[in-house]
Amino acid sequence: MIEIKNIKKSFDGSTIIQNISTTFEKGKTNLIIGQSGSGKTVLLKCLLGLHEPDSGEIIYDGVSNLNMNESDKTLLRREMGMVFQGSALFDSMSVIENVMFPLNMLTNRNEEEIREKAKIAIERVELSKAVDKLPSEISGGMQKRVAIARAIVMNPKYLFCDEPNSGLDPKTAIVIDKLIHEITKEYNITTIINSHDMNSVIEIGEKIIFMVSGEKNWEGTNKEILKTNIESVTNFVYSSELLKKVKKYL
Amino acid sequence: MLYIDDIGRYFLMIKMSFFKPSKWKVQRKLIFKEINDLIIESIPIVTILSFFIGGVVAIQTALNLSSPFLSKSLIGFATRQSVILEFAPTFMSIIMAGKVGSYITSSIGTMRVTEQIDALEVMGINPLNYLVFPKIIALLFYPFVITVAMFVAIFGGFVAMTFAGVPSEAFISGIQMDFDPSHVSYAYLKTILFAFILATVPSYHGFYMKGGALEVGKASTLSFVWTSIIIIIVNFIITQLLLS
Repeated sequence: MIEIKNIKKSFDGSTIIQNISTTFEKGKTNLIIGQSGSGKTVLLKCLLGLHEPDSGEIIYDGVSNLNMNESDKTLLRREMGMVFQGSALFDSMSVIENVMFPLNMLTNRNEEEIREKAKIAIERVELSKAVDKLPSEISGGMQKRVAIARAIVMNPKYLFCDEPNSGLDPKTAIVIDKLIHEITKEYNITTIINSHDMNSVIEIGEKIIFMVSGEKNWEGTNKEILKTNIESVTNFVYSSELLKKVKKYL
Repeated sequence: MLYIDDIGRYFLMIKMSFFKPSKWKVQRKLIFKEINDLIIESIPIVTILSFFIGGVVAIQTALNLSSPFLSKSLIGFATRQSVILEFAPTFMSIIMAGKVGSYITSSIGTMRVTEQIDALEVMGINPLNYLVFPKIIALLFYPFVITVAMFVAIFGGFVAMTFAGVPSEAFISGIQMDFDPSHVSYAYLKTILFAFILATVPSYHGFYMKGGALEVGKASTLSFVWTSIIIIIVNFIITQLLLS
């Protein structure tokens, strides 16, 4: 579980996020949504420890970031998995080498054990046939699955995804969403996804935080978001003509 | 003010490259890969360039030693001195700033653009140690490249003079004439400094670049410009200190 209390982050004197307090529960798929420039990525980077908040507190399973030194933060990062928007796979490494990479770098297991563990993660994302291919030889959807396999291979406590289905066709996007959701349940991890894809919101959003201009504007579940009357939220949720039509039948 | 900021960040980058080292098993593989990419793969271009430039140096020297009172062996002497003191260490390092420097900046810059560096940071890996340190170590073998350049350039001069009808004995005796080993030490000292510059300045430009694919190209160009400028300035300072 990750709890955040009143965090604020500024860059060069301009405040990007402020007054954000919420809880991301373990075993649930938590979504941070909002328009581009609403501060979602900065919030995610604060949670990842890539940005230090100016004020406020982030509590990871009872341990506050304020009480952590550099080595504690490094150890904490090893309990985090991250799926980047562009997958961020290492171009020169094959699929299996990409998945083996964190184990090779951060554990003292032997080569056999590492390969076996990587194969299990690759099987979990159903990519067993592509183990020896390079990232450039597989599709965008497959690259996302490799990124998920790499993120879960260390059995993380926290899984972060930055727009995991951007650039994917709607069908593949749903497959990726469901895969992340299933893994969250299976591994009982705290998953936080940055998204502005309404399909993801409706399909897997067990907890949703809606951000406007760097502040939390609304929070609730995927069922609640469809029924809310808050104008800023409804403007975002029903921004497409298709969803406006769907709303009439709700 | 911006330059001061850059200089400070450059030295912090160097410091961080030696901190939180990756596992030796991984580091060893990376170092061998960099030795191959940066050193071994540079040998062909260095050989070709050195051979022909050595030939040109000898021909131009011969052109200026037309007086019958001057010994032909001076051609070999002048070629050797030009090659050891300046051509091999400095001129070749500027060429390598284009080849090796651009490769380093674009490979690290592409990793930055495609979030691969962020991925390393999130995993709790020191990206500077993972990316820059192996390049610094690999370029410790750079004097080997310069040694090849020295020998091939002098050989190029010898071949050019053989075709020009200069007696080979005269050229060889010129190469051996008044040999001062301290000049070789000076050349290798410069080479080691240039190797460090070649590893770190392009890494800095790649690691701290911002933007997309277009900016990777711009960063590579900028890296070449700055690496060349720094090499020329360091060359001047070292020459002033050791030979002036």
